[in-house]
Parts: sequence; structure tokens; C-alpha cells
Amino acid sequence: MLVTKPNLSRPDESYARLIATHEGLSEAESHALNARLILILMNHIGDDAVLAEAMALARNPKGGR
Amino acid sequence: MKHEVPDRYTLAFRLYPYAKSPDQDAPAPVRHPVVVVGGGPVGLAMALDLGRRGVPVVLLDDHEGAGLGSRALCFAKRTLEICDRLGAAGPMLDKGVQWNLGKVFHDDRLLYEFNLLPEGGHAMPAFINLQQPWFEKFLHEAIVAAQAEGVPIELRGKNRVDAVVPTGDHVTLEVMTPDGPYRLEAEWLIACDGARSPLRGMLGLGFDGRVFEDNFLIADVRMKADFPTERWFWFEPHFRSGDSALLHKQPDDIWRIDFQLGWNIDRAKELEPDRIRARVDAMLGPDVEYELDWCSIYTFQCRRMERFRHGRVLFAGDAAHQVSPFGARGANSGIQDVDNLAWKLALVLEGVAPEGLLESYDAERVYGAEENILNSTRATDFITPKSPVSKMFRNAVLALAETVPFARTVVNSGRLSLPCTYDGSALNGADHAAMPARTRPGSPCPDAPVADGWLLSYLGRGFTLLAIGADAPEALSAHGLTVPCLRLEPTPEIAARYLGGAAGAVYLIRPDQHVAARWDRFDGTAVAAALGRAIGKG
Repeated sequence: MLVTKPNLSRPDESYARLIATHEGLSEAESHALNARLILILMNHIGDDAVLAEAMALARNPKGGR
Repeated sequence: MKHEVPDRYTLAFRLYPYAKSPDQDAPAPVRHPVVVVGGGPVGLAMALDLGRRGVPVVLLDDHEGAGLGSRALCFAKRTLEICDRLGAAGPMLDKGVQWNLGKVFHDDRLLYEFNLLPEGGHAMPAFINLQQPWFEKFLHEAIVAAQAEGVPIELRGKNRVDAVVPTGDHVTLEVMTPDGPYRLEAEWLIACDGARSPLRGMLGLGFDGRVFEDNFLIADVRMKADFPTERWFWFEPHFRSGDSALLHKQPDDIWRIDFQLGWNIDRAKELEPDRIRARVDAMLGPDVEYELDWCSIYTFQCRRMERFRHGRVLFAGDAAHQVSPFGARGANSGIQDVDNLAWKLALVLEGVAPEGLLESYDAERVYGAEENILNSTRATDFITPKSPVSKMFRNAVLALAETVPFARTVVNSGRLSLPCTYDGSALNGADHAAMPARTRPGSPCPDAPVADGWLLSYLGRGFTLLAIGADAPEALSAHGLTVPCLRLEPTPEIAARYLGGAAGAVYLIRPDQHVAARWDRFDGTAVAAALGRAIGKG
């Protein structure tokens, strides 16, 4: 089951790192980086059912919960 | 008056020359139990399987043999197992090229290699590459050998079906020959007449699915190059001869090269030899000598008929379903149609099984076709992304694949054909939770070495009971069938593939070598009930 309650050990640091990771990249490079990042995180999560929940939530943030 | 059945294509092998049949002079149309239309891989295998099961078959084709061109090339293990049951695999294995290693490139980088690493303890290899005309020629040789032993198969070349009229308990065919037209009746008609199936058109039946807007060029080149016997696949190749490219070894020093050309191309121009040579030169380098053997441009679709049975007309192979070539699921799935249909139709004609058993052909092979369409559509979407975001994710996968192992599992240049397991089939009986998933009801039996050869060579004449470390009688009779029992020692392979956590097992195996039901001990009542269910009486 997808974790939606707060789970980041250092929310501000992680978010700042995400923004910094994109620094100096063109928009196309940023999109490509995001695509690689999503794939890497998908593999870390692994469970197809959890991924399905995450994708549905991303597609429709107001739906469901 | 002179009649013509003109050739629509050039033959590689003339196998069944036209000869006038007495049916053509009969005062009234002669009725045959089964007429197969189409002498491609599926039609020939269908005639052979039915004939060997004792069903008289007449096969009609508007040509006299196998058409030119390598076309279907990769024949998978399950196809070879079925051909072995039909007595045709030996020469295929002798002639075919076996391969296990694949390499995947992006641009000029080798991303990774894969090895099909076939599991030990199987008589047949994972794949062979063999040109389609040779596959057909070897099936034909097996038919000729079977005919010599009295197997009732009749092949009629230059017999073109021009009209088909289903009428109650039979189908009437109008057939054109060089000696003029004649009529023929079939209790059952099997359409194996290919993706453009004229029979499907004559019956007004639909064939819906998805068109892929891309053209692929096949260039078969003959060369004495020392490339290894491997499958090489390029995404966005550095030599720019196409958006993707494939190199595959065939017998006779011929190599299959496949280039993805895109949608808006000038077909005639792209088939000019100079232009093809420019692409091949860019790929192989300037110093490689070769000659073009056969070239073709193809587009493809993923689609199927809604139903494969229409009363007394049954559709099989490309006539019933069509997939993209990625994954070798075309001819291989057609041969599985044959495997599934022949025993059922034979039992119906013998009066042992109700006609309703044929509904399970429709259910099981539609299920198989859906699986193949799903897999080949996914491969196609990966190879030819349909949107900018799809291409971005595809290239992100490729960018990671060189260094990050997980991404290699997502790279999809074709998920190579595996036999279908008929999960949920109405023919499936009891299962046993402690036994391996790979041999659950609906599965094709995995091969294994046994005392005198290979397990699969003992399966497939009819229903068979397998008793592994369990007591069982020599045979069981029920529903008009006598089912012999094969007792097996639990060797390591047999135990791993058939016992799992169970101490003993009894399997009921269908004539197509698929598992019908399994138990941890013999119970005659339960086996008889499962047998009834597996022949459509359940």
C-alpha cells in the first residue's frame, strides 16, 4: 500500500536536493533526468500495486483519498 | 475453355504439383470430414496432426508449394516440440541455426548481453532460426512420410477456393483449378489462409486491431562474415540506417537484417538495390562483401478475429490473429493453434467428445492470441515510441541499462515467444497447491530426461496419466477413452518440474501435452471426472 503519510526523514533537505540536481540543465535535460529518476525510484519501490496507486494519485491528486 | 489459377508469388519449393482429383469429375460434390485451406506452416501442420490422429484431411492451396522469402524465421522450443510430436523436427534441427546469445546496442554503445541460458534437461533448444520455406518443406516431407504409412492426407495444389457456403452440418466450397471449377463439401473447414484470409473475407468476418505506423525493411544478405551466431539489436543505431536495426543469422551463410524505416517512405524507392546496399554498407562497414538474397518491406498490425470458431468453420494462425514480428509470436502461435485444435476435432469426429469441445479451442486460443498481442504490442511501443514522453522514458531506460542492471529488465526488443498456459480454461481440473506453478493445469508439460529418452516423446498420442512416486493402475477407461498410465521415477528434473513439495503426483495430460489436472494420489473417480471435463463433458 502506498505511503502517503509523512515519510521523508529530512523533507526540506530532500526537496532542496531535487531542485539542485536540476541546476544548469536545459528543460529537455531536466525532463530526461526526471525520467531516469522515476525509473530508478520505481525499481526501488518494486511492488506493482504500490506503483499503480502512486501513478493514479499523480494523475489525479484530488481523486480518492 | 482454359482456366487459370495464376501464381501470386514465386515459389521457393514446388511441393504438391496440381493433379486432377476424381472429386472434380464426381456427379455430386464429394463430402470430406475436414478440409484445410492454406498450405503454409499452419495449414501443413494442421493436416499432418489431424491425419496422424486418424482424421482424413484434404488440404487446398492456390499455389503448389512454399513461397519465396525467409519471412517467419525464429522457431521456438514449443514449436519444435510440437513438430517433434508430428515427426518433423529432426531435419529442422539439423538445418536450423541455434543461438542463445543476444546483444543490445544503443547508438554505438553495447548496453548489455543476454543469454537465453536454456534450462538443462530438454530435448529441444530454446530457438532455431530457419527460413520459412524450409520449415514448410520439412513439414511436407513429414506428410509424405506419413502418407506412405497410410495416413489419410491429400494435398491439392492449384486449388483456389472462390466461394464458401456454410449449410447446417457442412460447408460447400467452390474450388477453381487449371481443369476448371468443382464443388467440394466439408463437415469441418479449417481456414489457415494467412493474414489476408480470403475465407474470412468471403464470410464477411471482421479482423480488428491496431495498425502500427511504421515500415520495416528486411534485407537477407549472403556473406561469409565471421559475425558470431548471436542476435544483435540496435536502438537508434549510429550507422543511421534505420531507427532500429536487427542482425540475425540464418542457415546457408544468410543473415537477416531488419531496418525500421518510419511511416512516410517511398516504398518503391526504398526497395531499390542501391539504396538497400547503402543501408547495409553503413551497418556492416565498407569492407564486407555480400550479396542481397531477398528483400521486402513490411508494415504490421496487432489484431485478431473476435471468435476463431464460426459454426463449422475454424480459423487458425495468421488468418485468426496477427502480431508484430517482435518476439517471434506469429508462426509459433499458429503452430500452437494446430496443437490445440487437432485432437479436439479428432475426438469430436470420432463421436467421443461433444461438439462443444471446439468452443474451448476458441476460448483457449483467443486467450493465447491476447497474450501474444499484448506482448508484441508492448515490444513495438518500446521499439517505436508513439509520443515524445514515451520516447523520453524509452531513452531513459536505455541510458540506465548500460550501468544499472534493473533497467535491462525493462528494455524490450521483443519478449521471446513462450508457450501459453491456459489459466482459467473450462477444461482444467483439480490442482494441488504443493506442486510447482509451472505445471499447473493448463500448462504445457516441460520436457525432462526419462529412462529411454525424453518425457515428451511419451506424451501426445492421446490422453495420458503420469504417475510419479504414486500407485496407479496400468490404464483407466472412461468416457469411451482408454488412458494409459506412464510411471516415472522422481529424478531431480522430474521432481523439480512435477512434484515440488509433494511426495507423489498423478497428472492427467491432454493429447496436446498440456496438463488437464493433477493430484497427490490416484483416485479413479476423480481422474474420470477430470477426463470428462477435459473433453468438454464437464
